[in-house]
Amino acid sequence: MPTDAALKSPAVPLREIPHVVSPGLWTLAWRRLKTDSIAMVCLAIVAAFLLLMLASGLGLVAKDWAREVGVNYAPPSWLDYSPEPVPAPGGPATSGTSPDGAPGTVIADALKPEAPTPGADESKIVDPLADVMKDIRSGQAGVKEAAVEERRATLPFGGDKWGRDIIAKTIKGSETSIFVGLAAAVVAVFIGTVLGAFAGYYGRWVDDVLNWFYSVFSSIPFLLLILAVAAVLQQKGMFTIVLILGLTGWSGVFRLIRAEYLKHKGREYVMAADALGASNSRKMFLHIFPNVSHVVLVQLSILTVGFIKAEVILSFLGFGVPVDVVSWGSMLNEAQNELILGKWWQLVAATIAMATLVTAFSLFTDALRDALDPKLKGRTGH
Amino acid sequence: MDSTDIALDPLVRIRDLRVTFRLDKHHTFEAVKGISFDIPKNATIALVGESGSGKSVTALAILGLLPPENTIIDPKSQIVYGGRNIVGMPPADLRALRGADISMIFQEPMTSLNPVFTVGFQLEEVLRLHMGLSGAAARKRSIALLNEVGIPEPERRIDMFPSQMSGGQQQRVMIAMAIACEPKLLIADEPTTALDVTIQKQILDLIADLQKKHQMSVLFITHDLAVVGEIADRVVVMRNGEIREQGAAKQIFEDPKDTYTKALLKCRPQIDRRPARLPVIDDFMTGDGMGPTNIPERKRGLSPGDPIVLEVRKLGKSFYSREGVFGKREFKAVKDVSFTLARGKTMGLVGESGSGKTTVGLTLMRLHEATTGEALFEGRDILAMSAKEFMQYKRRIQIIFQNPYASLNPRFIVGQILTEPMQIHGIGANAQERTDLAFELLQKVGLPEVSFYKYPHEFSGGQRQRIAIARCLTLKPDILICDESVSALDVSVQAQVLNLLQDLQAEFDLSYIFISHDLAVVKYISDQVMVMSEGEIVEIANSDEIYRNPREAYTKRLLASIPKGWHPGQAHAGAGA
Repeated sequence: MPTDAALKSPAVPLREIPHVVSPGLWTLAWRRLKTDSIAMVCLAIVAAFLLLMLASGLGLVAKDWAREVGVNYAPPSWLDYSPEPVPAPGGPATSGTSPDGAPGTVIADALKPEAPTPGADESKIVDPLADVMKDIRSGQAGVKEAAVEERRATLPFGGDKWGRDIIAKTIKGSETSIFVGLAAAVVAVFIGTVLGAFAGYYGRWVDDVLNWFYSVFSSIPFLLLILAVAAVLQQKGMFTIVLILGLTGWSGVFRLIRAEYLKHKGREYVMAADALGASNSRKMFLHIFPNVSHVVLVQLSILTVGFIKAEVILSFLGFGVPVDVVSWGSMLNEAQNELILGKWWQLVAATIAMATLVTAFSLFTDALRDALDPKLKGRTGH
Repeated sequence: MDSTDIALDPLVRIRDLRVTFRLDKHHTFEAVKGISFDIPKNATIALVGESGSGKSVTALAILGLLPPENTIIDPKSQIVYGGRNIVGMPPADLRALRGADISMIFQEPMTSLNPVFTVGFQLEEVLRLHMGLSGAAARKRSIALLNEVGIPEPERRIDMFPSQMSGGQQQRVMIAMAIACEPKLLIADEPTTALDVTIQKQILDLIADLQKKHQMSVLFITHDLAVVGEIADRVVVMRNGEIREQGAAKQIFEDPKDTYTKALLKCRPQIDRRPARLPVIDDFMTGDGMGPTNIPERKRGLSPGDPIVLEVRKLGKSFYSREGVFGKREFKAVKDVSFTLARGKTMGLVGESGSGKTTVGLTLMRLHEATTGEALFEGRDILAMSAKEFMQYKRRIQIIFQNPYASLNPRFIVGQILTEPMQIHGIGANAQERTDLAFELLQKVGLPEVSFYKYPHEFSGGQRQRIAIARCLTLKPDILICDESVSALDVSVQAQVLNLLQDLQAEFDLSYIFISHDLAVVKYISDQVMVMSEGEIVEIANSDEIYRNPREAYTKRLLASIPKGWHPGQAHAGAGA
């Protein structure tokens, strides 16, 4: 038995020695990632999108996205677009088109104070809202005067049916889409990791119960489940959709993390920790978790991409964000009607933005996985 | 190197072989640095070296199996076989050569055989590809081959899957596949390292027999000189990609010229001697190259008056597997094992794989729950007490695992690895005290202080095992269970760790339970030896006693299988020339 004296009497004066902390997993992965030029380009793109999202969220850019700065369906300015009769909002009504064809006048016409209808006086009907309407009209008239003057015939990337700038709208849409994607991925990865860790680590009945739960969840078609959760939550909104995606998307992470924990549980270093007297939670989170954290990160990255797409699909289908919130999905939804009229720029803008981000994010995820687990790649160099 | 006694017409002539690996864009590593040697016809050549010596790379180069995308073989290198240079040979020609003229057996038979095909199918495939045999002819030849490599009832076994065979039998199947096409050269890369000592002996005998019978050449790659002594005609000793010495086996063993060869021969524990300290490579590489002489012998053995620290009574451990709907099948891994461990002494625990020796260790640590029996530590049964009560005893029994690469958490720096157990058990008043203690232990196990800030992957196997030992010492244990703790280490590193263990035992009065399949190591370090087979104790006795006068037939068989290395008067063919 080693006596305390034997161990505690220092043979040399102990001190902070000069040292370099060795690079850990993340530093090494980052170094590998830095040599991958595609990954770095993708990372820059993803970072740009994230910054844009943040800036838009803080109101630094695209704050006035809802302002109708252009004429209805203002075409992109770089497009040689001969003005055509433009239908009034709400339908392809041609009746409202004024002969001169200038789109600006359509709105002006529509908002003109109602001319006294012949015979209105005779009916002597007192409109209870007359005063209010008058106020509104006069107010509108004021706005209208300003707006009509400001409205431009073309916009950098065109305008939507209310003449809102597509670029600003796309940026605002990215805020919603990326936020929903990221937040939902965080929720899903958190649920999947915690449940997976418990199932894999404890095994036995815990594993059985969680596996049963997982099987039930994954046996229901995805969309149906989303509808069910949406019905239960009874409200639309960004947080609802985050919750829906998060609650339905954890099963893949659960399966992976469970398998990782099963594998690591039997490793000698965990057995060694056991022999040293480490508690279950210490083994689970202090010992095993850092060894599976790279899987978690890659899953987070994969799910973010998936959920951005899922949000777009949901909003497109109308199950997504509320009408007053703009997202890439709702833009695509609007665009499907506009396409009939040949107004393609909203569709193209949302598609380009989404495709760029998703492609860059996916490529980055692949590079990240390779950087975190260089053995997977099998070969080095080219 | 000597060029005088090289055969005039060798089977393979290797000249100035240089192999470099590309690590990344800027770094390369030269694994083999311009080596030259010959493989004579009809002889066994042993390529001996520790890990990183380049021996396996050399073998893979001969087969043309090095991955082309990150390997650079110097174009001036020559590996001449049958008048043709293998370096730069087109892949199609290489494939024709492999299997037919040159074949190879690997270390792990379990992973070298495809688990989803029967052994017969895999054997017949080789015959079909290289010999053009098919159908009944291939099957007949396969059965003959299995018979030749000593597999009983080959007609029945040919339809078995690899998993239905033991490790030794799988290795025999691998050998059958390798000799199926009557190769001129058989490359055996550590073919017995993963096998038990008795099986190792059988496989070595088989390879020697086949070599004579088929008049082929064997390139035998190993880290263990003792294994080589019995079968090699010529020995090539490699270190760090260079050949240190080559010559006839007799000369290498009886009159080694190179200091490194001398060191390799000396640092492995001898069965008949027990120096107080094993010589290590450094003893030879520095100074006059003669190494330490006249090391006093250490006395080992148990005297009746020694205080007992642990008494194990009728320990039993069963594993259950489900069978049918409600049925359970019991497998008794450990049956009624009783022994006592004296303070400051070492109990060696030997047996073949599956004998239950590791289970005994894990059960005593309560990493497995014991089925029956008790273990008295200071008069209290540690197997029966509650987990909470056991906590304070837990730190007093510690274990060092076999694989130093797996037993340290790769995401912790050494400092964390060492301070964590102290933190768990509340040793040391604060973080500073624990850090101080960790630094002190690093010094004690012979690691530099900067190690504190490094990750396990930055250390070699031997250094990692030192870290594992230091981690156990943080808890000031009374009993240390060493579960094959030196088996995965190179011979020279093994000697260092064994020395360290002995020093620590003397300093802290530790008791060891030393589990190993390596009888020479157990003999060296143990006071008492317990031989286990199929979960039962075969024999317990003082270690000198058991090696001198084994009582049981099983023990005798085990002892007879220990590779003896070279001994004068060995009936041997000598050099291949």
